[in-house]
Amino acid sequence: MDAFDSALTAARAQFAITISFHIVLAALTIGLANFLMALEALWLWRRQTIYLDVYRYWLKVFALTVAVGTASGLILEYQFGLNWSRLSTQAGDILGPLMFYEVLAAFFLEAGFLGIMLFGMKKVGPRLHFFATCAVAMGSLLSAFWILSANSWMHTPAGYAIGADGRFIAQDWWAIIFNPSFPYRFAHMTLAAFLGTATLLAGVSAWQLLRAPQNPRARLVWSMALWAIAVLTPVQIVAGDLHGLHSLNVQPQKVAAIEGSWTRPIEGAGEPLRLFALPDMTERRNHWELAIARVGSLYLRHDLSSTIAALDEFPPQDIPPVPTVFFAFRVMVGLGLLMLGQGVASLVLRWRNRLYATRWMYRWCVGMTPAGFLAMLSGWTVTEVGRQPFTVYGLLRTADSLSAVSREQVVGATWTILAFYLVIFGVGLWVLLRVLREPPHAGEPGPQPTLADETGES
Amino acid sequence: MLDNDWVIVLSAAALGFSVLNYVLLDGTDLGVGVLLGLTRDSQLRRAMAVTILPIWDANETWLVLGGGGLLALFPLAYAILLPALYLPFILMFLALILRAVALEFRDYSPNERIKRAVDGLLLGGSLLTGACQGIVLGTLVQGIPNDGWQYSGDGWEWLGIFPLYCGAVLVVGYTWLGACWLYWRTEEELQRRSARQARALASMTLVLLAVLVTWTVNLDARYAYRLANPLVWLPASLLLLALLCGFISGFQSRRDYLPLFAALGIFVLAFALMIAALYPLIVPPQLTLQAAASSPTSQVFMLIGFAVLIPVTLIYNTYGFSVFSGKVRALEGDKQRMGD
Repeated sequence: MDAFDSALTAARAQFAITISFHIVLAALTIGLANFLMALEALWLWRRQTIYLDVYRYWLKVFALTVAVGTASGLILEYQFGLNWSRLSTQAGDILGPLMFYEVLAAFFLEAGFLGIMLFGMKKVGPRLHFFATCAVAMGSLLSAFWILSANSWMHTPAGYAIGADGRFIAQDWWAIIFNPSFPYRFAHMTLAAFLGTATLLAGVSAWQLLRAPQNPRARLVWSMALWAIAVLTPVQIVAGDLHGLHSLNVQPQKVAAIEGSWTRPIEGAGEPLRLFALPDMTERRNHWELAIARVGSLYLRHDLSSTIAALDEFPPQDIPPVPTVFFAFRVMVGLGLLMLGQGVASLVLRWRNRLYATRWMYRWCVGMTPAGFLAMLSGWTVTEVGRQPFTVYGLLRTADSLSAVSREQVVGATWTILAFYLVIFGVGLWVLLRVLREPPHAGEPGPQPTLADETGES
Repeated sequence: MLDNDWVIVLSAAALGFSVLNYVLLDGTDLGVGVLLGLTRDSQLRRAMAVTILPIWDANETWLVLGGGGLLALFPLAYAILLPALYLPFILMFLALILRAVALEFRDYSPNERIKRAVDGLLLGGSLLTGACQGIVLGTLVQGIPNDGWQYSGDGWEWLGIFPLYCGAVLVVGYTWLGACWLYWRTEEELQRRSARQARALASMTLVLLAVLVTWTVNLDARYAYRLANPLVWLPASLLLLALLCGFISGFQSRRDYLPLFAALGIFVLAFALMIAALYPLIVPPQLTLQAAASSPTSQVFMLIGFAVLIPVTLIYNTYGFSVFSGKVRALEGDKQRMGD
């Protein structure tokens, strides 16, 4: 393996750091924008001020996170050149246009209407304002569409030819955009963004309700978030299962690493479900394995006797780092099951009319505040570490994708970025928590309530 | 079907349009950030922030388009340029995050001293962003060692005196745009102050630009040759004269937008001269647009999207601007606090 501080490790760490921070903010933007769209629609439909109050309160939070999310995304548009210039040379013809369309069709829609959404209610009136909110929500989803298309193409390349100079050349844009793994990834990620936002909203409003149990606005948010968790978690489990089955076809090494399966069980014995193990890359086997026989076959093959390709069936240089993939997957699924429990508990409590009377449920929700986003990050770790050692799966190795930048510069920059992000986002989170400590009140002002009167004729 | 050469020229034009738009729009915001950070009076700072709060995010999006566009249209240039400018780019992105956080969070400062410090971060972020962008342009013009496929330098070419000078020019130029913007968008004391600053910064920018042009033609004989073409320098000089007249008369007339548009015109002119000196190179000393281009299929796919979506984008962005147009006045000073 590579040295801990090699340029390759540092460049990979840099991508992991920048994308992890950005992806949480971007997913929060998607989730909050759609939540705000629902609230404004409810307000326009039912004309009850409670919706407007909650809308304005969360709009303040949105104002604080959305622009920082955009700013943290800028660096990613350039990471491909900064650290992965060989990948850019090889695959720029295909990845570039997808990212270009992301900006054209999505970022501008989001950013262009953001000002009106945040500060323009008084200027443009409720209907046009609702249109702006919808444009921002739509833009955030479209941007996920394009960037996940680019990401999926690197997992399941399609619609390309290889030119005389060895570069990928686009042949069929339809096949490139809707490459085989894209529908699964898009569904799984969009649901993850909604669920991450939902557990956050549920946690924050439960925190507020523990101290102000009668606040009707916090209750509204809590109830809406729990409905979202109850409905979307089962859907997400189905989407994840389909995504996994598809990966089994196109990236069997990844699924073998997820399962920690080094050797194939004997014919008809079925795949075990390994609850815990310590995968060992050098000895190529597991220590401390705790497994239930045949259950693995149930979710991998939907029967009790089939098996999957094991890690020893692939060349050692073609398999991903097994322990990372193995544990990240278990974290993701574990958190997903806890969310499922949260949703089911909320339904039972609703049915018994005890939803707002159980403090343990509030506490559970507070504890689960970061669960959705943690599960999302774990899922990304599974899929991105699981496709190693390739950038373009099966065609271009990560080690051959690197830029000609000196080790000192990459390592120095990576540490600087990490330190900077921890400080900046740490301070940001602290300010956010101070804002959220105060639950929404009646007559809640939006972000910059005086701004509309400070510009123009008003 | 279009001829392949035309596809490349149109692609270069689309990319140039995106980068230029970024420089004009976000350059102005960065200039406002610098002036805001240098202002003592809290009420004036509030007014300055209000002029850019609803629009700066959209302006910054052009930078993403520039990055995505360069990768998509000229992937080889992207793959050579970015590793060569590794540290300036990374610093610029950190500075942009700093600036975004400072601008959006400043009203949550618990007291006036902390708010002043936050505005100091906004100043630092804006200065560093502008300087890094100037360094990037300067290094590009100076030439980047490459084998036509990958970057082959030592990673420190940008630390030369010419790129650093370009960084300084761009910071002063951006601040000038910011002052002109504030002259247009504000009234009374802040407007008078901005007028004084705009005039002083205009003289500085012009002197710095004159030195820059002289320096550039001495860098490379090909630049001198291209810029010595009367079809280049003659219209450029006439245009410069007209823009200067517009700038000066703007302060006498009631058309408060005039100085800003004249200043933006001078930026467009300087940008055009840079393109004229470089063309047909995209990365000096030898990489041409032709050699760096992606395949015609990719370029045509993007040009279609560009032709359809950019007009729409410009329309709704203009609408977004117009919603918040008109003079800004800080109503109640800078009294907004957390949680109220």
